[in-house]
Amino acid sequence: MKPFDIQPLTQRFPFVHADAFGNALIVPAKNLVSIVEWIQASRLYLCDTLSNVTGVDFLPKVIEEEGKDSEGNSVKIKKNIPGYIEVVYHFYSIELKRGPLTIKVRSNGRDNVRLPSLMPHYRSAEFQEREIFDLYGVYFEGHYDLRRLLMWESFEDFPMRKDYVPPNDNEYEPIASRHSGGDA
Amino acid sequence: MNTSTGYAPRNYKIVKHKDKTLLEVAMGPHHPSTHGVFRMDVKLDGETIIDLIPYFGYLHRNHEKLAEDMTYFSTMPYTDRLDYLCSMTNNWAYALTVEKLANISVPERAEYIRVIIGELTRLVNHMLLVGFYINDLGAIGTPLLYALREREKILDLFEWASGARMMCNYLRFGGIREDVSDEWLASCNKLVDAFPYFLDEYDQLLTGNEIVISRSQGVGVLSKELAINAGITGPMLRASGVNYDLRKTDSYSIYDRFNFRVPLGQFGDCYDRFMLRLLEMRESITILKQALRDIPKGEIQSKVPPVLKPKPGEAYGRIESPKGELGFYLVSDGSVNPYRYRVRPPSLINLTLLRDLCIGHKLADTIIIFGSIDIVLGEVDR
Repeated sequence: MKPFDIQPLTQRFPFVHADAFGNALIVPAKNLVSIVEWIQASRLYLCDTLSNVTGVDFLPKVIEEEGKDSEGNSVKIKKNIPGYIEVVYHFYSIELKRGPLTIKVRSNGRDNVRLPSLMPHYRSAEFQEREIFDLYGVYFEGHYDLRRLLMWESFEDFPMRKDYVPPNDNEYEPIASRHSGGDA
Repeated sequence: MNTSTGYAPRNYKIVKHKDKTLLEVAMGPHHPSTHGVFRMDVKLDGETIIDLIPYFGYLHRNHEKLAEDMTYFSTMPYTDRLDYLCSMTNNWAYALTVEKLANISVPERAEYIRVIIGELTRLVNHMLLVGFYINDLGAIGTPLLYALREREKILDLFEWASGARMMCNYLRFGGIREDVSDEWLASCNKLVDAFPYFLDEYDQLLTGNEIVISRSQGVGVLSKELAINAGITGPMLRASGVNYDLRKTDSYSIYDRFNFRVPLGQFGDCYDRFMLRLLEMRESITILKQALRDIPKGEIQSKVPPVLKPKPGEAYGRIESPKGELGFYLVSDGSVNPYRYRVRPPSLINLTLLRDLCIGHKLADTIIIFGSIDIVLGEVDR
């Protein structure tokens, strides 16, 4: 299977650019649906199947950059990079026997993440988006039936997030726990 | 051409009768025909299904989170537990993705052994499916035990090669754990030579059987377009007539060296799905014969650092597992653990259309539609 030529797509949508590793496209969330409609219909892509949908969590981090202060001395400047959740889509074309076309969408921040759903276009997104909602807490707008898939309904947290701490609901232990934050 | 409304979930028009009330039945999680712990809440009008809601997660252990807290290699035995009937192909898909991520090559002999055990796994899986399918149809016992008898012989081969019958943990990054002996290959050859006789026996017993035909033909018909749109893969997609076998189209490993055909169904009903598995087993036999004939001598493991630290990057690897497209998506940040580890489970995604296939059929048909999809709950729930 040959990978797609991404040139026509980046020409038509100039705001789309490749990610740091060079084999995926980063798409703004507001343009996702229009791009997907285009690759579904365009003779160049004909992406008729959405093979894989998944989320990746990136925590906010602080990086140090070389910079100059007001007097011209070189100092290290701390820069805050906000965290985000990335949803990764792998499209294939069974008709043309080509693929994958990897598209990534990044959220704004990690609280109350809302992204457009692809379920109206691809049924295969139905369970996979429910799973991402369940484990990462991404609300897919336009999904027909957005419920938790694997965890139970009354569960409140999102367990695949990098900062998730499982609740300490172990049984009572008569001697003090050796682990910090453990039961008495 | 796909439209945004064409593949929306199907809704059945509820005809309200004055004296009729809807009956809601919870099938599972301990129903014997759900092949594990799986529940579907079925709404019935008389005996006709008007709605079906599947519930997952009884076996959920957050496999992906566990794998993100471990080194790349420590996850290998865990992948056995995904689809516990086909541990070898799970190992293979994971090893293939890590090899893609870290640019590891695999020696010739190891590739051949991978193909041999991969196809033996396909035989194991399809035999179990066919046996349990007939079991679900009501022929309790005999055909299933015939299938289990043949499976047992293959499991003996697995035990000989890897030390375990089901949780094999046999593949390594850049090779396999242990070389197979000449006696192993000779016994494998013997098994492969005898296998078509078993298939003939099975064909004679079942494929023309009147009950099998009347119960499964025209039941759970899946159209080509909907199957592609819903990401259905594997035998279920091919039963709907789509020529899409990753061994041919994506040609991973050394599958481009073998000469085999891809069987296709015509109607996409339960009978096609059942027959397709029987036909695929015959093609697996031809692949096995060629691989056993051509297998070279030599190394079985390429040089891999003891602690694997792939460069930052990502990889999506997939193989044609017996149930469909089994994919792994790995993101590396340069440390010893994967930053993101994702399994694309064919069983879960093939279940997407369970509701659409069942609506309008009788309650008893749910069981055979469900059986013909071929799932393992260890992989659905992860």
